[in-house]
Amino acid sequence: MSSQPSGAGASPAAAASTGPAAAGASLAANIAAEVTAFAGEVGSSGAVTVVGARTHRDVGGVPLAGTREVCAPAGVWEHEPSEMTVRCGAGTTVAELAAHLARTGQMVPLDPVDDAATVGGVLACGFSGHRRLRYGHVRDLVLQTRHVDAAGKVVTAGGPTVKNVSGYDLARLLVGSLGTLGLLAEVILRTLPVPPAAQWLEGDGDPFAAFDLLYRPSSILWNGSHVWILLEGDPADVAAEASKLETAGFAPCDGPPPIPAAGRESMRPSDLRALAGTAGGWLAEVGIGLVHRPEPVQAAPVSPANALLMDQLKQRLDPDNRLNPGRRPW
Amino acid sequence: MPSRSAALVGYGRGVTSEDAAADAALLADLRGVLGDRARDNDFERGLYSRDGSIEGSPPAIVCLPDSAAEVAEIVRVCRRHSRPFLARGSGTGLAGGAVPVGRPVVVATSKMDRIVEIDTANRIAWVEPGVLNLDLSRALAPQGFHFAPDPSSQQVCSIGGNIANNSGGPHCLAYGVTTAHIAALEVVLPSGDTTVLGGVEAEPAGLDLRGLFVGSEGTMGIATKAAVRLTSNAPAVRTLLLDFDDVSEGSAAVSAIIAAGLVPSALEMMDQRAIEIVEAFAHAGYPTGAAAVLLVELDGLPGGVEAGVEIVREVAQKHHVGHVRVAADDAERALLWKGRKNAFGAVARIKPDYYLHDTVVPRSKLTEVLEKVYRIADAYGLIAVNVFHAGDGNLHPILAFDRREPGVDERVKAAGRDIVAASIEAGGVLSGEHGIGLEKRDYMGMLFSTHDMYTQDVVRETFDPDGLANPLKIIPTGSRCSDSFHQHVPEGAWV
Repeated sequence: MSSQPSGAGASPAAAASTGPAAAGASLAANIAAEVTAFAGEVGSSGAVTVVGARTHRDVGGVPLAGTREVCAPAGVWEHEPSEMTVRCGAGTTVAELAAHLARTGQMVPLDPVDDAATVGGVLACGFSGHRRLRYGHVRDLVLQTRHVDAAGKVVTAGGPTVKNVSGYDLARLLVGSLGTLGLLAEVILRTLPVPPAAQWLEGDGDPFAAFDLLYRPSSILWNGSHVWILLEGDPADVAAEASKLETAGFAPCDGPPPIPAAGRESMRPSDLRALAGTAGGWLAEVGIGLVHRPEPVQAAPVSPANALLMDQLKQRLDPDNRLNPGRRPW
Repeated sequence: MPSRSAALVGYGRGVTSEDAAADAALLADLRGVLGDRARDNDFERGLYSRDGSIEGSPPAIVCLPDSAAEVAEIVRVCRRHSRPFLARGSGTGLAGGAVPVGRPVVVATSKMDRIVEIDTANRIAWVEPGVLNLDLSRALAPQGFHFAPDPSSQQVCSIGGNIANNSGGPHCLAYGVTTAHIAALEVVLPSGDTTVLGGVEAEPAGLDLRGLFVGSEGTMGIATKAAVRLTSNAPAVRTLLLDFDDVSEGSAAVSAIIAAGLVPSALEMMDQRAIEIVEAFAHAGYPTGAAAVLLVELDGLPGGVEAGVEIVREVAQKHHVGHVRVAADDAERALLWKGRKNAFGAVARIKPDYYLHDTVVPRSKLTEVLEKVYRIADAYGLIAVNVFHAGDGNLHPILAFDRREPGVDERVKAAGRDIVAASIEAGGVLSGEHGIGLEKRDYMGMLFSTHDMYTQDVVRETFDPDGLANPLKIIPTGSRCSDSFHQHVPEGAWV
């Protein structure tokens, strides 16, 4: 993409830093101009695929050869720490967003395996990070989306405030849709304070018993024999919870091994137990039911009734199948 | 494209003999499914003509199904008769989502009130839609869990209603609204087919139809069972009451608490009138001379909670707090919450009727918008009382009035519209937790473009191409070129 300014200096964020109301108006105009330019690039005909950092390029299939590539706008555009919201282009990398928010002690726990991933890419895949146990699904971090639809028009869904139930929740529908219903241009996300303390522990104990022992742990990863647990929060609480785990045979550590990224196998949290003792280089999220595997995993089928609804949604929203052809979330 | 008006029995022109004959045929078929649980007596039709909003019109028939299979049969019968249907929980909704429009069949879920399974291994419970919100949390308490959304009406509102409206409550500040707490839904689609949206597994395959259904106010089908997520009860809880001489200091303290890196589990504000009426009712020791109070709750592990109490105290002092009262025990905490949760009913001490609004603004705009709310109420000769979820900027201005005053309904609606407009102008949204229903349907254009609304309606239509599921809600008339249904809206219904 050519119109994309690189870095905060050239983006509307430069206007944000000047502060006053006039800058606010020009910021809004700049953001609108970026989104409009993106809509122009998407256009209203011809197969088109949105490209982020290419870290999740094969999820749900690979875009058909010859599909025109576009990039969503990038840049952290507005961040109001006291509102706990941040507005950014969907093409912003998770690393850039994290660095921006860290200056005021905040975060959006997207936690992709590779933080070169873009915000839009993470949301399009609908992949929550390894701290979902504490912070919830990524779709619950999304407050507002602005996407370009198959007609090349901009559609806004959700709202800019931390709480909102105005209209149909298209923002949630877009999360995990692999860009097949619309191409994300801009999002407003909920931010959270960075917890004052964080500690990983590891051990060979029972991860399910550990889950029951702890109050809102951030992550429990398990490879069938060994367990890594992340505690976050107030330092005194982290220490107290850690000591409970140490009594159960766990010891502080630097963190888990790299999380395999080739395949995600989804099951009920309780079904993970059946994996005990099995080998294969997998790492599972206890309490969530997600197994990260080093090899691709066949997507689970959807029921005929749901497949019909999904097919019809796709047909109505993208009748010419021009948005990310070749990829399919079901 | 099919119009949503296609199925509406001509209403708003009075009930003709043809309508009466159609109703009789429909009733006969529904009796075949439900026996005497399909009813058309005037008393029950009257009972189900309204919800918690201020308008209503009667349904043709009221059904009281006992199972998902019966709900599916009702929907199929309605399809055969091209008659709209409308699911209804406890009828506490405030946006008119459960107000019958188009002489529908009301499907009341009150008999479907079983907690089917509590599955602590997966931290979910399967429940029927008629289960009451607080009953669910009480049933979960022995295992150390609760259902996080806690609307003020939680003693009487149903889980089905919570799902339809994507309901909130004070504790949604930290825990999120209903959609974050629903893993899966068994629903009867408008086609009459039954399916499960979402799932208990980590990442259900395909599009998030579950997320779309939650908050769709019954326009995409009827939920017959839900897998709700269980939230662990916090080991430690602290509740603080802060009073301020100045509303703007109270509002500023709200932003400052959040900016200090705290996410209280609840952060509520009441203005002077609210404090007075609540205290007269609850006798909780609310400081009746104060201009505003904040009710702050912190929960979690004890270290963070106690550190949070100190942060709140410091922030409050910077904003010239009068007193900082920390509830000493559960009884005192319950008393403070009793005042908050019953505030709306207590408004009857001022005027017999009230209209409760629901908008959200950025926290930094709370003071500005509150001042506008008072000015708007004054301009229309109404009394505004403010009790609201300040922590997430969710305003709940209560307009107290007396229905018997001539012309008051128009003034109340006009003031409501002005409040919505002021909220949107401040960068806010139409509704934080009550939904759109009929009340705000025609305000959708304040927040969304015509194309935004068109897109929403295309998505709705995917589920309900014939427009039978709770028609004429959420999306305003005129969003589709084929729409011409405004003439079908019943006399007296809110448009």
